[in-house]
Amino acid sequence: MSISSAVFLFIGSFLCISGGVGILRFPDFYTRMHAVGVTETLATAMILIGLMLQNPGGLVDLKLFIILLMTLFISPTASHALAKAAMNNDLKPKINKKDDIERVTSSKP
Amino acid sequence: MLIAATIAILVVMIMAITRAIMGPTLYDRILAVNMFGTKTVLLISVLGFVMGRPEFLDIAIVYALINFISVIAVLRHSDKSIFKTTEQEEKEMEKNS
Amino acid sequence: MIHIVLLAFLVAVAIAIVRMRDLLAVSMLLGIYGLLSASFFVTMDAVDVAFTEASVGAGISTLLMLVAITMTGRSEHPERHKPLLALFVVFITGGLLIYGTLDMPYFGSADAPIHLHVAPHYINNSMQEIGVPNIVTSVLASYRAFDTFGEVVVIFTAGIGILALLSVVRRSEDITKIDSINDSMHVEYLLLRIIVKMLIPFILLYALYVQFHGDFGPGGGFQAGVIFASAIILYAMLFGMSTARRVINQSVIQFFAAIGVLLYGSVGVVSLLNGKSFLDYSALSADPVAGQHLGILLIELGVGFTVASVMVIIFFNFEGRRDVSHHQGKNKT
Repeated sequence: MSISSAVFLFIGSFLCISGGVGILRFPDFYTRMHAVGVTETLATAMILIGLMLQNPGGLVDLKLFIILLMTLFISPTASHALAKAAMNNDLKPKINKKDDIERVTSSKP
Repeated sequence: MLIAATIAILVVMIMAITRAIMGPTLYDRILAVNMFGTKTVLLISVLGFVMGRPEFLDIAIVYALINFISVIAVLRHSDKSIFKTTEQEEKEMEKNS
Repeated sequence: MIHIVLLAFLVAVAIAIVRMRDLLAVSMLLGIYGLLSASFFVTMDAVDVAFTEASVGAGISTLLMLVAITMTGRSEHPERHKPLLALFVVFITGGLLIYGTLDMPYFGSADAPIHLHVAPHYINNSMQEIGVPNIVTSVLASYRAFDTFGEVVVIFTAGIGILALLSVVRRSEDITKIDSINDSMHVEYLLLRIIVKMLIPFILLYALYVQFHGDFGPGGGFQAGVIFASAIILYAMLFGMSTARRVINQSVIQFFAAIGVLLYGSVGVVSLLNGKSFLDYSALSADPVAGQHLGILLIELGVGFTVASVMVIIFFNFEGRRDVSHHQGKNKT
């Protein structure tokens, strides 16, 4: 049991660090949000599953499962809300000068 | 392995704080705070196992909720004109690209 | 080791807060500061304090400060002069204070006077006298119940102060116009409304769990009140203030705020009438330990009522004022 728990914890930590590197190195807000939103949810899921496989008592398993379920609902919704707020307030994504900036950021709901 | 996970989460927290201090636009900072909150949830859960006190998980649930409410609050109140990207921020973004 | 790392983060964030001019960014950084403080309390094994700091300091404070800043202005005024004399006075005072602390015992040493006075009595006798496993709850709610009564009255006074300063009368034509604006937001907030509708019952249930589980784990009246209020605030933010006012009537909320303080005081008065001193719970039932359990349950309920109601009152008043000023601003331009 502890081997599989260690494997899940390792995958979770690796995803965490890649999300952190992403938020530092990506060029633009929207790309950073993509890095954070994707890796954050999956890293949380992996680490929580790794903790569940360590076989603690009964109620602790249930609480870990509740945190996992809540994160699966909440994290993508927060990313959606933040991207919508940025779009509504005219934060322009960084694209090459060759593309047409008006075509990309024309009014979308 | 738990200790390694704790160290990894602390390293990512440093990165999130760096982005919160550095980020040219307001939205970068809000993203950094959101990420910091999620990493705090993970830190509390892993610390609970390391220190042998699984009662900490109640706190982790509250942190996840608080994080969510802050981001929704930003969306809901951002219809005022002061949230538009200022010219100084646009200049800094151009400088960083 | 982890204490040093977290404290270093705190110092870095504090320096960034002081140096920044953009007030919206500062309010976000204050959110990080609150979360860091709560993590620090967790590493020092103080779980109840971390709970309260997370819910109040990192959650509600960030929210209210954001609402306030959207109503006032985004950037700080530039400084006009350099206050060198003030800096000099601060250095002298700080130096004297640090010189004064050189006499104190080491942090956490076992023979410091603070650990020899009342604390051993609480730790040794709490289980027999009160029968509640969580010592923090027994100290807060029974040994030091009078201080907690003062805290609840302070929270209630803050709520009354906000009501006196910020409540604004809404004219009926404003109400119908704001209603129509809020209904048209339905398409824009559709995804969020669906998800939040699924989450709110669980948040309310969790608040009830925290309220009554405070005897056995971290929790209690303060934290449960804040979580309950945050569920209502979430609903009011996404569905519009007018819908929220129809669901939660403002006068009922004010009534509940007063009921909480009244409940707490009545428990004390009942103890007085039964012949013991104020807030001595052993007078509430034949068996003293059962009396303690009943007393703690009732006063935590009172604390929960007052804290939840006052948080909702504060948020409704801030939002109501923001709605009216935003609507008037849109009409003028």
